[in-house]
Amino acid sequence: MKNIIEVKNLVKKFGDFEAVKNISFEVEEGKIFAFLGPNGAGKTTTIKMLTTLLHPTSGEISLNGFNPAKQQNEVRKSFGIVFQDPSLDDELTAFENMELHAYLYGLPKNVRHDRIIELMNFLELWDRKDDYVKHFSGGMKRRLEIARGLLHHPKIMFLDEPTLGLDPQTRNHIWSYIKDLNEKEKITVFFTTHYMEEADKIADKVAVIDNGKIITQGSPKELKKQTNAQTLEEAFLALTGKEIRSEAGGIKDQMRMVHKLWTKK
Amino acid sequence: MNTIYILWLRQLKRYFRSKSRIIGSLAQPLLFLVALGFGFGPIYEKAGGGSYIQFIAPGIIAMSILFSSIFFGIEIIWDKQFGFLKETLVAPVSRFNIMIGRTMGGATAATIQGIIVLALSIAIGFRPENWVYIGVAIIFMFIIAVLFTALGTAIASKMEDMHGFQLIINFLIMPLFFLSGALFPLQGLPKTITIIAAINPLSYGVDALRGTLLNTAHFGIALDFVVLTSVTMIIFVIGSYLFSKIEI
Repeated sequence: MKNIIEVKNLVKKFGDFEAVKNISFEVEEGKIFAFLGPNGAGKTTTIKMLTTLLHPTSGEISLNGFNPAKQQNEVRKSFGIVFQDPSLDDELTAFENMELHAYLYGLPKNVRHDRIIELMNFLELWDRKDDYVKHFSGGMKRRLEIARGLLHHPKIMFLDEPTLGLDPQTRNHIWSYIKDLNEKEKITVFFTTHYMEEADKIADKVAVIDNGKIITQGSPKELKKQTNAQTLEEAFLALTGKEIRSEAGGIKDQMRMVHKLWTKK
Repeated sequence: MNTIYILWLRQLKRYFRSKSRIIGSLAQPLLFLVALGFGFGPIYEKAGGGSYIQFIAPGIIAMSILFSSIFFGIEIIWDKQFGFLKETLVAPVSRFNIMIGRTMGGATAATIQGIIVLALSIAIGFRPENWVYIGVAIIFMFIIAVLFTALGTAIASKMEDMHGFQLIINFLIMPLFFLSGALFPLQGLPKTITIIAAINPLSYGVDALRGTLLNTAHFGIALDFVVLTSVTMIIFVIGSYLFSKIEI
């Protein structure tokens, strides 16, 4: 199996602060890869560099054989993404959000509709296609974002905390879709989560990042063995320590608070 | 082309669907028209200026376009974190096209806003001298709208949160409006104000609307057109540059 993502000596500095410190890892094609770490460890920054949103300070990235810093459009066509914060247009309907994506990715007219119908059915959203996204629950929005991310047949799907704030039923559902997708369409999945049992259940490979450095990587089994732990959560705590990390207080967190207040129904 | 079209359409859909925002943003120009137009009307007439409603209506139309187009640009701050912007930034399209689509969409919505204010002012007594020039006036409205949507985008590309928003209202938008000749004639003013008004691009927008709707341009429509289009192009280039540098 070839590696669909290869990261070598990747560094990202914001001024004096080094958010990502010389990390290297690979993801094999068709596998499910979990990128775990406490708040502020550098997960989202790494994803942003992989997905062309941030330029690395130094290091090399290859994604589906392309370099995100130089071959932006080739890289962008290769992946779909579900961001940590919502990225749907609330004032548009579910269908219109899908259609917009199809236009942006240049899907030919004749396949556009069929593909939208197929994916909205797959994620059980078709009967709500004409509803405004602002009336959707958190779980439905997530499903719609997943459906949207798959429209252009990506080879890799990035999911940044896709199950954050969802109830166990919905979380379970979302993972079963993802697992399905990975098996049927052979899509490589790259995700982050704070729910260790999710990573334990579905990831083929796990990398643990803390303070911008990758501490260890391997299968969930290997990690548990390495730390003599029963669960992945225990292994994770053994590796990263029990101290609480604080990321809160930044501009983004303030905005998230206001956003919550405003969107409360 | 597809990208520009779909993003333009998106802005328009959003505009027409938020009825409360449309009504809310019409209340202010209407208040200005009624309170200032009728309030200062008698004294303006006594001073020999003619009808004040006639005089300020083009100024208030320009004001409503200024406010709404800056707002459509500034929206990007919010969009960066919680909205749709990220979705467009990871799509295989150029940032320049995204910027054009958004700006044209916002500018079209702001122009529609201006046309509604024009209709409102006709309803309360404004009478254009040249009905045939209304089409030309609308073209000028659109140029003003593009200018300030691009300006809003340029500012928003550099801002991280909404805290600076108040500063922009008080130190940019309000001075642009109050020192543009929207509310008073530019003749016989103290030198400082004359200079400020002459370097304020909105002055030329207000003047162009007055020139087309009332036949009374201070600078002249030709000069208005040249100044507005060149400033718009410069701001558009700066805006696209800053937009292309957004990192989220």
